[in-house]
Amino acid sequence: MDAAIVTRALVKRYGKTVALDGVDLSVRTGEIHGFLGPNGAGKSTTIRILLGLLRSDSGDVTLLGGDPWRDAVALHRRLAYVPGDVNLWPNLSGGEAIDLLLSLRGGFDRVRRDDMIDRFQLDPTKRCSSYSKGNRQKVAIVAAFASDVDLYILDEPTSGLDPLMEAVFQDVVKEQVRQGKTALLSSHILAEAEALCDRVSIIRKGRIVQSGTLDEMRHLTRTSIHVHTESPVRGMEGRAGVHDLALDAEGATFEVDAEQLGDVLAELTAFGVVALTSTPPTLEDLFLRHYGDELAELTGNGAGS
Amino acid sequence: MTDWKGTWRLVRHGLRRDRVVLPVWIAALTGLSAAVVAAEVAMYATAAERAHGAAFGAANVFTRIMDGPASGTSLGAISMVEAFQKLAIFVALMAAQAVVRHTRQDEETGRAELIGSGVVGRQARLTAALIVSVGASFIVGAGVTMALLAHGLPLEGSLASGAALAATGACFAAIAGVAAQVSTTQRGANALAGGVLGLSFLLRAVGDAFGTVTASGVELVSAWPSWLSPLGWGQQMRVFHQDNWAVLALFSVLFVGLAVTAFALGNRRDMGAGLIADRSGPAEAPPRLLSPGGLALRLQKWPLITWGAALVVTGVAFGAVGESMEDFADTNPQVADLFLGVAPGATIVELYFALVFSFIAVAAAGYTVQALLRMRAEEVSGRLEPILSTSVGRIAWLASHGRFAVGGTVAVLVACGGAAALSHGVVSGDFAAGWGVMAAALVQIPAVLALGAVVFALFGVAPRWAGALSWAALAVSFVMGQFGDLLELPQWALNMSPFTHVPAVPAVALSYGPLVVLVAVAAVLVGVGMAGFGRRDLAIAA
Ligand SMILES: Nc1ncnc2c1ncn2[C@@H]1O[C@H](COP(=O)(O)OP(=O)(O)O)[C@@H](O)[C@H]1O
Ligand SMILES: [Mg+2]
Repeated sequence: MDAAIVTRALVKRYGKTVALDGVDLSVRTGEIHGFLGPNGAGKSTTIRILLGLLRSDSGDVTLLGGDPWRDAVALHRRLAYVPGDVNLWPNLSGGEAIDLLLSLRGGFDRVRRDDMIDRFQLDPTKRCSSYSKGNRQKVAIVAAFASDVDLYILDEPTSGLDPLMEAVFQDVVKEQVRQGKTALLSSHILAEAEALCDRVSIIRKGRIVQSGTLDEMRHLTRTSIHVHTESPVRGMEGRAGVHDLALDAEGATFEVDAEQLGDVLAELTAFGVVALTSTPPTLEDLFLRHYGDELAELTGNGAGS
Repeated sequence: MTDWKGTWRLVRHGLRRDRVVLPVWIAALTGLSAAVVAAEVAMYATAAERAHGAAFGAANVFTRIMDGPASGTSLGAISMVEAFQKLAIFVALMAAQAVVRHTRQDEETGRAELIGSGVVGRQARLTAALIVSVGASFIVGAGVTMALLAHGLPLEGSLASGAALAATGACFAAIAGVAAQVSTTQRGANALAGGVLGLSFLLRAVGDAFGTVTASGVELVSAWPSWLSPLGWGQQMRVFHQDNWAVLALFSVLFVGLAVTAFALGNRRDMGAGLIADRSGPAEAPPRLLSPGGLALRLQKWPLITWGAALVVTGVAFGAVGESMEDFADTNPQVADLFLGVAPGATIVELYFALVFSFIAVAAAGYTVQALLRMRAEEVSGRLEPILSTSVGRIAWLASHGRFAVGGTVAVLVACGGAAALSHGVVSGDFAAGWGVMAAALVQIPAVLALGAVVFALFGVAPRWAGALSWAALAVSFVMGQFGDLLELPQWALNMSPFTHVPAVPAVALSYGPLVVLVAVAAVLVGVGMAGFGRRDLAIAA
């Protein structure tokens, strides 16, 4: 079996809202698959259908070779889930919540559990009611990665973590996948997916609009640069790959296509770089501001342009 | 005044959120009081009948406990003695829940954080909650005043009745305001406010049970515990009798004191934290927690213990006064005839216990409803999602809570029946009669479980409405039990309440037929609930 997850034409409606409008997602066994899309695109809805928590209106799903609705109990022994918004029992301690989730999934390894608690620097004696969002997320992450399962389903798992913990998280995911496990990681942050994923699927308005390796999609990305230079920046006006340029006496602000990034940075050094910040675009920026038209063509419902 | 910035915006927001809940409460309470007054007017047509009714109410320990102190023979006074205590409990529940809804619940779900970060002062939320809740209480009061006036009752007494109810609501709003600052969770705050309500009822019941009848025979002077209870104050106004407006000062002092306390506490704590400090817990779970049943036990333990304790106290109290019913009947032969007309051959004491447990059963059903609605709370808070993503199946999870609710219901009724039987035995010396008392408690179990099964089915099939409809079903059962005869409701309406079908054991012989039917109906409803929950989408936390 080389596909861990396959969905075909998945549709889910909430009253008049169409949350999923024919999602075709395929995740290969042994890969970290990024599931990217702006807020409200349908990531969580898809994931909850994969978990048998929601029922699709139409379409097919196969997860680890089974039907997530019918075979929920058996399949859930083989997967671990980190919800996007982790809610825990206020009067259980973090350690109790971890042990509970691990046991209900079907037995656990105390050494591995303690090791995960250590790595994520979680205080397991605190009551869940006193945990911040990030700490609640850590409880769910520890409970997921302390289990020995085939598939990890992670719904924006790092949205509350600080950068240090985010790095730990990435290490842990990579370790698991090295051992042949599969991970589906939803995110609306491109950088996270770039650091971690073998392949990504991009969902927008309930449809997968792109699927493939990140390299294959590199042409879609643009980085925004703010540079502070000793002498005024020249020669960028109209340069290929540079967009939205704003020059001032101190330097420049602009956006640059990914394939031109290296060359442009080399050219900037001529003006004496004092400080430079680069911000990768969020998916939302990317889609809504720059690639709206392209996307409209891709999804086949473009208003004539 | 920056602390109060944004209060009116929050009031508007709150009114929009409660646009269904509060009007329903207000209409129901106004309608109920109007119906009770109409029935009383029809029943007590002559002065002689009123005098007799008032004398009965003053002398009878049971009515003293349930209704409060008799206050003379005017039509208005008799109506309000009958209706006030129940209306006051409902108004208190409405007011307290509204405050908790707009403070703790908001905070717990993080909505308050959003509002708090906007242009809203730190005291605005509590202030707005109090305004909404006290406002609703005053509207109920005004509605009751109008209902009384519409029946041609005197203006002053009608105003005093409305004022008493409004003031009771306001005090319980303030009690809930303090509870919301003290406890970390919505459930905790509601439980705390509910506990104060229960204690208030108990104090008033004790005060009135030990009161003394005046020489006129139609008025009861309550003993001092009644004066410790905000539920009792309204009755000490003696509406339509003395219209003792000075009592309103007690309400005002309590309201102001509690409100000031709540604001002071709110000033001292952080958003989301309670004053009851968060202790730390074990780093590892004890093995008994590690199953669906273990988790259900952990989540459900405290409500069971508190309800159990409250019902044991209630059982002891009602058991202890059972014996005095005999003396009462000896001095009131007409009453004895009336009672025994219901169940020829029974003793007054047997009838008394049958009646008491038909009331206690509805209270116990309150426990059952609360225990089962915990499932809905787990679902909407998002805590069920991670559980059902493990290898726990939906039916297994349902069963873990369902089993607990059934076991808990049986346990509280057995404990209450046992407590009543023992305390009756101690007072009367007749321990053998305890079996009859126990039977009166046990025979109610199928009816309580049938109501629980309604909650279960609603949770499976109509989850969004489960909370509101379950409490409504309980309230309707309560009203039918308390006022059904008085309002002369048609039999088909009375039959909707499971409690109507329970045989009046030990006053009549136990008949299994109705109990079997109740259990069968419950089983079908449980099946409906399981099928519904097995097929439906999980609600996702907002
Ligand atoms: N319970 C619900 N009721 C109504 N609409 C919903 C519900 N859950 C999600 N939606 C809608 O479905 C769409 C997809 O939501 P979601 O899957 O949560 O997106 P994402 O996880 O990508 O941010 C959104 O438009 C959202 O508003
Ligand atoms: Mg989401």
